[in-house]
Amino acid sequence: MIPTGWLSGDVGPVLSAAILCTMLLYMAAIGLALVRVLRGPSAQDRVLALDFVYVIGMLIILVLGIRYRSEQYFEAALLIALFGFVTSTALAKFLLRGEVIE
Amino acid sequence: MTTETVEWIMSFLLIASGLMALAASLGFVRLKDFFQRLHPPALASGGASMCVLLAMALWAWVNDGRLILYPFVIIVLIAITMPVTMSILARAALFRNRTSGRAVPPSLTSATEVVTGMHDSERTGDRKPSAD
Repeated sequence: MIPTGWLSGDVGPVLSAAILCTMLLYMAAIGLALVRVLRGPSAQDRVLALDFVYVIGMLIILVLGIRYRSEQYFEAALLIALFGFVTSTALAKFLLRGEVIE
Repeated sequence: MTTETVEWIMSFLLIASGLMALAASLGFVRLKDFFQRLHPPALASGGASMCVLLAMALWAWVNDGRLILYPFVIIVLIAITMPVTMSILARAALFRNRTSGRAVPPSLTSATEVVTGMHDSERTGDRKPSAD
């Protein structure tokens, strides 16, 4: 029995299978980037990998918005993109100067 | 265009974005140097997110029957913010490598201000973060 959710619903079978594949690829990408976050030899490596994780998280929200035909997800993705930029810039500024706002 | 055609195009775009994200993260794991590892996020923030947002624009266009422009807000936002993040991070890495005496990439010009993007007063300032 196919569970309702990923492989059924209001998108076609081709598109829902493609969305499932895309989600698995994103999960693998986030896993490999988290390896770099845990193992990164310096602090800037970790900041870079966390910024990458932010971008992939935003893409996951957008793909969910395509899947569930909702425009609410778009605003969440916009906020994630903005906060990812602010976080990465603040961390990079901290690494550069030792303070964020001076 | 029928709905089938649109779904095939969107499936292609989504899987291409997933493959680009996976290639970028493989680059994260495999590349040796931090300055080499600055390159993979461009693949995710450029290629992958633009594929997804084009698919989203196509989806909204087909569903509503009118041209939808709001996914391009995120494209413009990412195209503006990602180079800023990367250049500040590269400056921070150059500064930290320099202050801790590790190897930095060879300079392209002789002027340090062009290469580091910092004035001399910043480079020799007394507020230096400790290495690592």
